[in-house]
Amino acid sequence: MITLVDVHKAFGSQPVLRGVSLEVPKGLITIIIGRSGAGKSVMLKHIIGLVQPDQGRILVDGVDIAQLRGQAQDALRQRFGVLFQGGALFDSMDVFDNVAFPLREKTRMGEGEIRDKVLERLRQVDLLGMERKFPAELSGGMRKRAALARALIMDPEIVLFDEPTTGLDPILVTGIHRLIATMHARFGFTGVVVSHDVPHVFTIAHRVAMLHQGVITEVGTPEAIQASADPLVRQFITGALEGPIRAD
Amino acid sequence: MLTLLQRLGQLLLRILARLGRMMLFLLTSLYLMLLPPYHPGRILRQMHFLGARSLTVIILTASFTGMVLGLQGYYTLRKFGAEALLGPAVALTLIRELGPVLAALMVTARAGSAMTAEIGIMRITEQIDALHAMGINPVKFLMAPRLLAALVSVPLLTAIFNVIGIYGGYLVGVNLLGISPGTYFDEIEHSVGWSDVRGGILKSFCFALLIIWVCGYKGYTAGYGAEGVSRATTEAVVLTSVLILAGDYALTSFLI
Repeated sequence: MITLVDVHKAFGSQPVLRGVSLEVPKGLITIIIGRSGAGKSVMLKHIIGLVQPDQGRILVDGVDIAQLRGQAQDALRQRFGVLFQGGALFDSMDVFDNVAFPLREKTRMGEGEIRDKVLERLRQVDLLGMERKFPAELSGGMRKRAALARALIMDPEIVLFDEPTTGLDPILVTGIHRLIATMHARFGFTGVVVSHDVPHVFTIAHRVAMLHQGVITEVGTPEAIQASADPLVRQFITGALEGPIRAD
Repeated sequence: MLTLLQRLGQLLLRILARLGRMMLFLLTSLYLMLLPPYHPGRILRQMHFLGARSLTVIILTASFTGMVLGLQGYYTLRKFGAEALLGPAVALTLIRELGPVLAALMVTARAGSAMTAEIGIMRITEQIDALHAMGINPVKFLMAPRLLAALVSVPLLTAIFNVIGIYGGYLVGVNLLGISPGTYFDEIEHSVGWSDVRGGILKSFCFALLIIWVCGYKGYTAGYGAEGVSRATTEAVVLTSVLILAGDYALTSFLI
C-alpha cells in the first residue's frame, strides 16, 4: 500500500502540490487524472523518491521513503518499475540491452538466464524480432512497449506509468491499455497510472483520483467518477470549455 | 546603496553555491570511481570514444603546431646564431606547455562537448531518472568510466601530440630549412629532462580530470529542452577551455 500524506511541493515560487493525500491500494490499478501541468508527474516522482516533498510524507508499506538513504533506498526502488512518459530507453543500447539492463546491474543472473527472461518479456509485449533495434529505429508505440518490458523485467510489486499513451493513435492507445491490463492480470502488481486520456483509461482502472490545482479533489471507482456530480470532474471528463476549470 | 550591496551579496552567494555543487559533484564522482564494480567494458568504450576517436584531430593539430614552431623558432633563433637549438625550443615548448594544453583543448572540443550533449539529452529525456528509479547511481554510471578512461587517454594523447609535434618541427627545421638531423635530436636529448616530461604528464592528468568534471557536470545539470542542452554544451566548452588555460598558468607557476 502506498500512502501520500499532505504532500506539498513548490519549484521556486511556483507551488505544484498543495497538500496531496491519497491511498493507493495494494494489487489494484489507481489512475490519477487531471489537466496538463496539474502536478501528476511530479506526484508520481514523489512516490519513487525522485523528488523530495517540501512537506508531508510518502509511505510505502508504512515506510517513509524520504527517510531512506543508500542501500535501503536502492532496495525499495527495486520493488518499483517505472514506465516514463517518453519511455526513457537508453539511446546507446538496443532493445535487448535496454530490457536486460536492470537484470545485469541488479542481479547475479547468468547471460543465458537473462536472455530467456528478456525474450519472454519481449514476446509478452509483442516485440520479438526487434531486440537488436535501437530506440531511434522504433515507432512511438514500440518504444512504449519496450519501456514496459524493461519496467516489468524485475517482476516489480509496484509499477508507475507516467502518461503511457501520450502521443499514440487511438488504436495504439487501446493496445497499450490492454497490455497494461494483461500484464496486471498476469503479475498482480500495484499500478499507478498518470493519464489525461479519459474516458479510455477507465477501462483498466480499479480506482480513479482527480488531481486539480495541487490537491486530490475526488477519489472513487471509475463508475463513481463517471457519475460524479462534482463540476470539476464533470468538466474534465466531458472536456467542456465552460465550467470551473479555465481553458488557458 | 543597500540594494546594490544586497544584490552583490546575493550574486556572490549564488556563485559560491554553484561552485559548492560542482565541487561536491567532483568529489562524489571521484569517490564512486574508486568503488567496485568497475565495468571494464564501459571504460574501454569510453577510451575508444575519448582517445582513439580523438587521434585524427590530435595528429593534425600536433603536426601543424610542430611545423609552425619549427618555422618561427628557426627565424627567431637565427637572429642570435642559435639555430642549432631549434630542437630543444620545439620539444620544450611542446612537452612543457603546448602539448598538454592543446591536446586537452582538442579533447574538450571533440569529446567533451559530445559528452555534455549526451548526458544533457539523457537528463531531459528522463534516462537519468530511469537510472535513479532502477536503484542505480547515475553519477557512478555516467562519470566513473569516463573519468578512468580520460585519466588514461588524455596523457597518452598528449604524449602522441608531443612526438608528432617534434617531428613536425623536424620536418620544417631539417627538411626545409637545412638544420642537421643529428643536431636537432642531440640537442633535444641534452636539453629535455625528466622533470619537463613529468610536469607535462601531471598537467595532462589535471586537464583530463577537469574536462570530465566540467563537461559531465554541465550535462548532468542541463536545463529543459534543446535550448538547455545547447546552453550546457556551450558553457561546458567555454568553461573547460578557460579553466585549462588558467590551470596551465597555475600549474606552471607551481612546477617551474
